[in-house]
Amino acid sequence: MTEAYIYDAVRTPRGKGRKDGSLHEVTSVRLSAGVMNALKERNNLEGHAVEDVIWGNVTQVKEQGGCLARTAVLASDLDERIPGLAINRFCASGMEAVNIAANQIKGGAGNAYIAGGVEMMGRVPMGSDGAAIAVDPSVAMEVYFVPQGISADIIATEYGFSREQADALAVESQRRAAKAWEENRFEKSIIAVKDVNGLTILDRDEYLRPGTDMDSLSGLKPAFKEQGEVMPGFDKLALMKYPHLDAINHIHHAGNSSGIVDGAAGVLIGNKEFGEAYGIKPRARIKATAKIGLDPTIMLTGPVPATQKILADSGMAISDIDLFEVNEAFASVVLRFQQAFDVDPSIVNVNGGSIAMGHPLGATGAIIIGTLLDELERQDKETGLATLCIASGMGAATIIERV
Amino acid sequence: MTEFHYATDADGIATITWDVPGKSMNVMSFVGLEELEACFDKALADDAVKGIVITSGKDGSFAGGMDLNLLAVMKEQAGDDPAKGLFEGIMKMHALLRKIERAGMDPKTNKGGKPVACVLPGTAAGIGLELPLACHRTFVADNPKARIGLPEILVGIFPGAGGTTRFVRKMGAMAASPFLLQGKMVDPKKAKAAGILDEVSDDPMAAARAWVLSEPKIVKPWDEKGYKMPGGDPYHPAGFMTFVGASAMVNGNTWGVYPAAKAMLSAIYEGAQVPFDTALKIEARWFTNVLMNPSSSAMIRSLFLNKEALEKGANRPDVPDQRVKKVGVLGAGMMGAGIALVSAKAGMDVVLIDQTQDAADRGKAYSESFMDKGIARKKATPEKKEALLAKINATTDLDALKDVDLIIEAVFEDTGVKAEMTKKVEAIIPEDAIFASNTSTLPITDLAKASVRPDQFIGIHFFSPVEKMALVEIIKGKETGDRAVAKALDYVRQIRKTPIVVNDDRFFYANRCIIPYINEGVMMAGEGVARPLIDHAAQLLGFPVGPIQLVDETSLDLGAKIAKATMAAMGDAYPKSIADDVTFWMVDEGRLGRKSKAGFFDYDEKGKRLGYWEGFNAKFPLAEEQPELTEVQHRLIFSQVLEAVRALEAGVLEDIREGDVGAILGWGFMPWSGGPFSWLDIVGAPWAAEQCDALQAKFGDRFACPPLLREMADKNQSFYGRFGPEASAA
Repeated sequence: MTEAYIYDAVRTPRGKGRKDGSLHEVTSVRLSAGVMNALKERNNLEGHAVEDVIWGNVTQVKEQGGCLARTAVLASDLDERIPGLAINRFCASGMEAVNIAANQIKGGAGNAYIAGGVEMMGRVPMGSDGAAIAVDPSVAMEVYFVPQGISADIIATEYGFSREQADALAVESQRRAAKAWEENRFEKSIIAVKDVNGLTILDRDEYLRPGTDMDSLSGLKPAFKEQGEVMPGFDKLALMKYPHLDAINHIHHAGNSSGIVDGAAGVLIGNKEFGEAYGIKPRARIKATAKIGLDPTIMLTGPVPATQKILADSGMAISDIDLFEVNEAFASVVLRFQQAFDVDPSIVNVNGGSIAMGHPLGATGAIIIGTLLDELERQDKETGLATLCIASGMGAATIIERV
Repeated sequence: MTEFHYATDADGIATITWDVPGKSMNVMSFVGLEELEACFDKALADDAVKGIVITSGKDGSFAGGMDLNLLAVMKEQAGDDPAKGLFEGIMKMHALLRKIERAGMDPKTNKGGKPVACVLPGTAAGIGLELPLACHRTFVADNPKARIGLPEILVGIFPGAGGTTRFVRKMGAMAASPFLLQGKMVDPKKAKAAGILDEVSDDPMAAARAWVLSEPKIVKPWDEKGYKMPGGDPYHPAGFMTFVGASAMVNGNTWGVYPAAKAMLSAIYEGAQVPFDTALKIEARWFTNVLMNPSSSAMIRSLFLNKEALEKGANRPDVPDQRVKKVGVLGAGMMGAGIALVSAKAGMDVVLIDQTQDAADRGKAYSESFMDKGIARKKATPEKKEALLAKINATTDLDALKDVDLIIEAVFEDTGVKAEMTKKVEAIIPEDAIFASNTSTLPITDLAKASVRPDQFIGIHFFSPVEKMALVEIIKGKETGDRAVAKALDYVRQIRKTPIVVNDDRFFYANRCIIPYINEGVMMAGEGVARPLIDHAAQLLGFPVGPIQLVDETSLDLGAKIAKATMAAMGDAYPKSIADDVTFWMVDEGRLGRKSKAGFFDYDEKGKRLGYWEGFNAKFPLAEEQPELTEVQHRLIFSQVLEAVRALEAGVLEDIREGDVGAILGWGFMPWSGGPFSWLDIVGAPWAAEQCDALQAKFGDRFACPPLLREMADKNQSFYGRFGPEASAA
């Protein structure tokens, strides 16, 4: 079978996803086009070099609507014969773009793809595209819809994670991310965001809060307690779905949940011939991909069944994996992953994650594949697994292997 | 014309008067719908008619709603395709109301048309409000006793004649929700303030006529260009939050068991995104869907038709009027005090007896504080309070009972004490007075042995708190005569509660079913099933409280007392279980429930329930493997339902309607199901018998299928088919 290789992976720094965030002035189109241009330039791509650009993005309205992928291709220096496909699998959109591209190549449909994603959360707010699952009674009531924060707290309650454990994970994420920046571990992949005149707008992640400790987090109030216990009382639905629980333990807050940021990332994927044609070296092979659905109420445990599935599908064991990236949507998501597979926390999210650096929804899946590859190379390890929890009860995973 | 009357006058106003003969309040029927349409067509066609007033010929009311049998008829008449019959029937109703609303206006320009005013002398409920809402302006009499609203949800359906769509279009989803989702009824002033009705007037007819002749603008906001729903549609940012919250709250508040609430919310959500006529069609589809759900038929049957039939004396012996003028209440404890209160409220003179004047006064003080609360809530006045208190004579003097016509004894639950009291009191009261005991556990036939007039001796079993609980269980002893039964029924009717009449047997009917329910829950806790799972399993079935919480409310020592008494009565036949171990141990630990601020739950100083008491699982450890939710639920349901079937087999129950209504009102048995017998009919006897076999194999003989149920399963019979009023009439 044809192999799909990663030739390059880049990402923008993540800006705070709000009005005073550094990237707030940048359009989704320009940020996306910048990533596409970087991949073109770094790899000397010419003409109809890739089959398609598959671009993940969650909130596909306004400037992110109307097939942003195609708009961004046209706004970039890529050839107009390269089309563009906008996809949405919520928080795993960027990963799904990579996985679809890899599987297309494996199936013989084209030599190369650019896959990635973008989310300008400060410009196009999360949820502004509507969602029937939350408001259509014939679905919402049947699936006991609750917002993600409640789901994260259900995980904590069901699997017994304390506020202290969640805060400790957040402190560690901040420590690792700060250290990674200090040691320039992201150097290879970060592309500065520049304005129309070539002036730099942002070249570093700006969401980090270095020096965060247990003390500074302890003062934060649980973010989802009010909507859980009072209005409109989502905890009741959680208990209807998980009736053996007495009450929901609300442990999550802004400090141990992923940050709202702007950002984009892209991965260049191709077969062997593609690399030969452009004289570029494959860095890793995409060994396996997986996606799965699960109970939409607890919603965010997806990394566990997605990992079980990808290991089973590829005949691998958890011990075959050297490093993990598990998206830090909420602390309990990562805690549950570590608990389920009994993996050493030191090989999970080695350089911190979305709690410290932020989670630009449509881009994160592509970001963590890149981060994983960088770290495998830095540590000279072989195999890495990236996985994310996904809204509405899904999970996705990718296994890469250095070549 | 029989139900709607048509008249025109010199001013050019056509008046359509709704006046159903032989009824104190108008109810919509097939004939009514046809006549209303004929009257309206006539008014539209007559060039001399400038405007139309629709009103009622009834004093103090416009209409009480729809004849609920009409829906059943629509379904039946459609033969093989009841959904089609219902949908088409409902759409016809929409077409009529829509014709009134459009009143001949040009569909494109909204020009022309005749103004239609609706004059409400008072109460307007259900379609009695949906019709006015289709008119252009509503004028209601300033009648504070009038009740305005859409109570459909309370009997398991929802407003299906445009009320749902019009309420939401008029006031927005958020403001409409208490009226639609809780069936909230208000007086005319509040109805105006809420935007339901337009004008409150001392002379609504004059006001309406003046308005009709003023060449008013009549087009409805939703028929105009640029209409926006108040509060926003589901995909407007504000509307989005409302609709997210609505699904969550309705689901949570109803534990997801009421199909009508879900269907109505879908009708609102889907209807909010389309033009008005399409929204009506959607409303009709969901309304049909609810009517096709066996739960709605069962709820209408039990909570509306049968409840009313029982209240009107369906099972009353043919004996002259037995209404009570003066009642003697023996014992001024919690039950006696409550009985005195509800009796005085119903206008009876009450003699409230206890051993000390202090105790008697405390019993009367209960009525005083009840009325004080009412005054604080503006539901009563100081004058009413004084009048009510003047009716209660709290005393130790048994001679005060010499002219009562009914005694209700509520003294200590002990045969000896009760016997002594019976003898003493019977020596004083008139010979024709009826003596009733409010015992909840002692057989009436045994208590009647102390009476010199056992045919005048009966059980009237109240539930606690008396003033809140709607059910009263009347128990016939072996020798109880018809007049005693009629007396008890007439008394219950006077205090406006719902009676069931049962024969004497251990724990009568309600407690006979509740006790096994509680036992099953306690048993599971003892087996190591997580207590939240047990309580939530019950709540997810639609029970108001789970058995563990219930036993904390009723108290563990009462449970222990009942268990010991039952053991003594049954001897070796008593089925010992881990429930007894749990109960006795809890009592030994001093954890009696809420009253001791310690039970299966922890409580704070004020008696507020905190979490489940963790110490319990130190003694009775949690099972490693927790059962499936459905297994817990089956144990909880069948423990009660099988008892109801056995009560029917044993002749304790004579009428399954009483078994169903009594279960819902007495202990909140899954109201969506219509009661235990309706539930068995929904799931079917064959399935129920199979579940019995499975439960019996796993958990013991208490789940053995009763012979009656087995026979019905074999013959594939339904309870209402075999025992319902139609069946027994045939």
